[in-house]
Amino acid sequence: MAKVLSDQFYSVMKKLEPRYPNKVALMLPALHAAQEEMGWLPPESLDEIADYIGCHPAQVREVASFYTMYNLKPVGKHHIKICTNVACCLRGAYDLVDHCEKKLGIKVGQTTDDRKFTLHEEECLGACGTAPAMMLDDDYHENLDTTRLDELLDSME
Amino acid sequence: MSTSNETLFIQHFGNEESRTLNYYLNQMNGYTALKKALGMKPDQLIEEVKASNLRGRGGAGFPTGVKWGFIPKQSDRPKYVVINADESEPGTFKDRDIMRYTPFLLLEGMVITGHAIGSNVGYIYIRGEYTREAKLLNEAIQTAYDRGYLGKNIQGTGFDFDVTVHRGAGAYICGEETALLNSLEGKRGEPRVKPPFPAIEGAFRGPTVVNNVETIANLPFIVNRGGKWFSDLGNLPGSGGTRLVGVSGHVKKPGLYEFGAGGVTIRELIYDYCGGILGDKKLKAVIPGGSSSPVLRADEIDVILDIEPLQKIGSMLGTASVMVVSEDYNVVQLLRRMIHFYAHESCGQCTPCREGSQWMEDIVKKILRGQGREEDIDLLEDIASNIDGKTLCALGEAVAWPVQSFVKKFRPDFEAFIRGGAHA
Ligand SMILES: Cc1cc2nc3c(=O)[nH]c(=O)nc-3n(C[C@H](O)[C@H](O)[C@H](O)COP(=O)(O)O)c2cc1C
Repeated sequence: MAKVLSDQFYSVMKKLEPRYPNKVALMLPALHAAQEEMGWLPPESLDEIADYIGCHPAQVREVASFYTMYNLKPVGKHHIKICTNVACCLRGAYDLVDHCEKKLGIKVGQTTDDRKFTLHEEECLGACGTAPAMMLDDDYHENLDTTRLDELLDSME
Repeated sequence: MSTSNETLFIQHFGNEESRTLNYYLNQMNGYTALKKALGMKPDQLIEEVKASNLRGRGGAGFPTGVKWGFIPKQSDRPKYVVINADESEPGTFKDRDIMRYTPFLLLEGMVITGHAIGSNVGYIYIRGEYTREAKLLNEAIQTAYDRGYLGKNIQGTGFDFDVTVHRGAGAYICGEETALLNSLEGKRGEPRVKPPFPAIEGAFRGPTVVNNVETIANLPFIVNRGGKWFSDLGNLPGSGGTRLVGVSGHVKKPGLYEFGAGGVTIRELIYDYCGGILGDKKLKAVIPGGSSSPVLRADEIDVILDIEPLQKIGSMLGTASVMVVSEDYNVVQLLRRMIHFYAHESCGQCTPCREGSQWMEDIVKKILRGQGREEDIDLLEDIASNIDGKTLCALGEAVAWPVQSFVKKFRPDFEAFIRGGAHA
């Protein structure tokens, strides 16, 4: 089996190993680390994680598929996640979603043809006092309106 | 009875400086409680926490000292301190500020907890979306290790304690403590059958205390100034300390506030502190404790915002996360969005929750389209009551209670859609 995960991945894992009483507990950290370097979790990476942990590949898939943050399909270069839960919804989150769909010419769940942006609706981000909020890749942006949203998206390389 | 307006947390929020160890040591009496606590016997410490009337800030309000008392003294397996930093109950945004502005309160609190229950290992289970907060926590942890506030022989006391940040990956259910433990162990976040409770068999089958971030961040104050002092910060018997109250939705000044527990009514909160309703509109509804707490009508807001008073009127304080809805907002649409969340986040183990939540969402959608029937309102109540109390974890109630309360309190809004069609 050709390796797809880097030495960096294995050195991160080595450091974490003594922190847990068994290797299975490294499942979520391993999935995060793999996704961080690959942008998503291709099947080979799941097999390699199974190999590293010493469990059946199905066990890794069973866990990875439970959590929405693990991308089992490739996503665009930038991942837009707009919170549309109660607090953001009360503060106009769906206007932001509509605006994004129009601006990017895609629907929620889709990726632009140039693979630059993927758009998702997100559940409560825990930024309700500064709603509406969204995540753009790893960063939170709060107190949003369509003008600010345009600025943000236009500034992405 | 509280006579002071003392706050413990909020004055440090919003200030980048406050997250440094130097600030913590110099401005917040940082790590003085640790030395004091390690000089106390574990039982004495637990008694102090009982006397403080500290109740869990994660939603259920369970007395923290009592919970710690369930941990067996002797155990063949290691014991664990697990911090619930999943913060995913919609409307809740307090733990995020504790972690990013006062991380050392949490870390010191964890060591104190470790000493009280006889544990040397702690995990902070933080929701996956809090990437930046996880990074800040890891930096604070590294500093604590470098300066001898974590690790072996902390400050020469002979006590060892390790802390590891464990990131979740986007699943509301992992806030439920046994789902959280499964997730920590590298499994799907499915709640466990209880008993055994985590205090007996929790993380990696060892006795485990699971506490919310805010709960544990209070400990340095309790140890330094005493259980009685802390208890007296509260305004009602049995409910000590201050509460971080998050306000969102249609108010002029949303955000975090802090009051002595039970020190404010919902009306005062909205009109005296948050500047009233946006656009000076009328109030329609208040969800007082995170989206799973039963909704209140505008005529019910003279209630004191605390555990018992809200329970008495059929709602709950939950995470003290108040969501405010103004008169012109469509509450049927709002309920649909709430059910959608719980249906999406149901782990799928229990049939009533998995099927019932989806079914209720479909019915409310139908009502919104103007295709509802009168019987549908009763059907919603019927389904909700068949979820309530019939699932392994409280996610069942979390979806049943909003439905039951919206239907009960805003029935005319549902009927208007049914009788008047989609444009009601
Ligand atoms: C569906 C569900 C979600 C929950 N989410 C959280 C959460 O995000 N954070 C939290 O601290 N407690 C949450 N809880 C409560 C925990 O199960 C547990 O009671 C709490 O962490 C105990 O800590 P405390 O006693 O300090 O409040 C949730 C419970 C349920 C049923």
